[in-house]
Amino acid sequence: MSILVNKNSRIVVQGLTGKEGMFHAEKMIEYGSKVVGGVTPGKAGQEVLGVPIFNTVGDAVKETGADVSVIFVPAAFAADAICEASEAGVKLVVAITEHIPARDMMLVKNFIAPRGTLLIGPNCPGIITPGECKVGIMPGYIHTPGKVGLISRSGTLTYEVVAQLTAAGLGQSTCIGIGGDPIKGLDFIDLLKMFAKDPQTEAVAMIGEIGGDAEEKAAAYIKANYQKPVFGFVAGLTAPPGKRMGHAGAIISGGKGKASDKIEAMEAAGITVIRALGEFGSSVANALKA
Amino acid sequence: MNVHEYQAKALFKQYGIPVPDGRLATTQAEALEAARELGGDAFVVKAQVHAGGRGKGGGVKVVKGAEAAGAAAKEILGMTLVTHQTGPEGKLVRRAWVEKATDIARELYLAVVLDRGNECYTLMASPAGGMDIEAVAAETPELIFTAQIKPGQPLWDFQARNLLFGCGVAGAGLRQGVGLLQGLARLAWEKDASLVEVNPLVVTAEGSLIALDAKINFDDSALKRHPDIAALEDPEETDPLERRAQGYGLNYIRLGGNVGTMVNGAGLAMATMDVIKMAGAEPANFLDVGGGASEEMVANGFEIILGDPNVKAILINIFGGILRCDVLASGVVGAAKKVKLNVPLVVRLEGTNVDEGRKILANSGLAFEVASSMSEAATKIAQVLKAA
Repeated sequence: MSILVNKNSRIVVQGLTGKEGMFHAEKMIEYGSKVVGGVTPGKAGQEVLGVPIFNTVGDAVKETGADVSVIFVPAAFAADAICEASEAGVKLVVAITEHIPARDMMLVKNFIAPRGTLLIGPNCPGIITPGECKVGIMPGYIHTPGKVGLISRSGTLTYEVVAQLTAAGLGQSTCIGIGGDPIKGLDFIDLLKMFAKDPQTEAVAMIGEIGGDAEEKAAAYIKANYQKPVFGFVAGLTAPPGKRMGHAGAIISGGKGKASDKIEAMEAAGITVIRALGEFGSSVANALKA
Repeated sequence: MNVHEYQAKALFKQYGIPVPDGRLATTQAEALEAARELGGDAFVVKAQVHAGGRGKGGGVKVVKGAEAAGAAAKEILGMTLVTHQTGPEGKLVRRAWVEKATDIARELYLAVVLDRGNECYTLMASPAGGMDIEAVAAETPELIFTAQIKPGQPLWDFQARNLLFGCGVAGAGLRQGVGLLQGLARLAWEKDASLVEVNPLVVTAEGSLIALDAKINFDDSALKRHPDIAALEDPEETDPLERRAQGYGLNYIRLGGNVGTMVNGAGLAMATMDVIKMAGAEPANFLDVGGGASEEMVANGFEIILGDPNVKAILINIFGGILRCDVLASGVVGAAKKVKLNVPLVVRLEGTNVDEGRKILANSGLAFEVASSMSEAATKIAQVLKAA
């Protein structure tokens, strides 16, 4: 088992004919993901990387039975692409694109909510179930199948943690990068709930960063409801207030969103917070052995 | 992106939000002329910098007479204004805003914020205006009234009235206030603002409302569709190195320490700063060269880091995913030779083709310290700093 994606997931790539889309679609196929088609309006009939291109997501779903979409289209068109996938009935949409305006994301969330579409991202590395299916831009080879579920707001920081887990002999059930934007799809709590029900997942790693209060909310949820052990890390202990640290959502503003507050809330909820990033993998391995 | 008060007030006017009459001045003579044009006998002269707390820092002066307005502008222009938001180095004041003084009966607080939790814009109002709103929220949360503006919906009249009643606004001010709040909500939505703040919103002796201050932040991701807003950017307000980095497409923020950092990815960059601090050193900057950094980006990053004279050592932490470590190592070697690196450098490479990458570094003839983990990298940085 795993959550959200597995070896049967059928993936359509929106923006497959673009530079980014083609590069990463190829890596996904190499990993073994079932990429069944691409969508680029006006380019139907072409074949790229051995898969057919469609004009619309609707056509792609009808012809290929795709149930997952991954979005590589430029920011100005990405909100539209997410809504199109949702309208076409795609169950899971993974938006890799960064710099989508927050206002567009408000409209997107409003559009997809009644359609029941699950959204990961935007501005995220995507999702991977090691050994089965990779939907996104993460380097596949650092992952290994196993029992730790991982949820993260960051990209390369996630790779760092995954590589440490793998090195410490701990595989992963599913790893999800939820993205660094203020308004986004699935959040810590949504995914914690899914990991709770997944028998393969025995522990969850939660990688947060400054900005917003998603970590605090997740901590409150874990405190009240959670049975599986959770390990945490929060980036940005030394980040100065008022400065946007790369991600659109990573900012300490008005005294809120500080790493220290998040760590405090997480520890109070029984989460094992590892402060020294270099020791994340070994700490989790030791704790799970004990 | 931030704009100056005078620019925000011009936008307020476009949206029918009343502001005091004012003029921009860059010299004493201009300020004097501005005051004469405005007429009346009481003026406020305000320093235009991107920072709050200007009043406490001496950047706002209330004066009687046009001559005094000119004199106040002379004092303010060219001063280095230090407030709790500027950092100890302060900000040079290049412009002053001269406006007619307002007859204040009461001060309210008003803001439209990008509400992450509710995924919409939320309008906030409080009768406790002119104060630090975070303190109000912490100590007297019952004095903060909010209304959510759902995407595709207007701010309804009743929502605006609820907020105004909460702030004790009645009579003529009520009707005017509904329009004012709706204008503010429309401004936020139409211009992709992430924050619009009016502190204070003043109730005058006659009972009408007027925005005495104006602060707007815009969503950087949306600037492409608002050339009018993008044109308001004041490059002088950004640190010169940060400005140069922007030109290269690098995400660089200058900090106070002496360890330059170059990392791919924002989260890992923050975590690297944290690790440096835990090892007893201070990061000089945040620098994210991007998840898929190129050789050229690395070279540009070096140049920016070394442009900061405080930098005494550099830590490069790259997790090669899509970007291969051998490509990156070549970039580092090439750049280090080009920029004549004269401070110790610790490189930590991990990921795709890491062995080839480390070999390139080892054979480069340059004095690198190579670390194989985050912890080791930080320890090595602390060591080379001590040795230096």
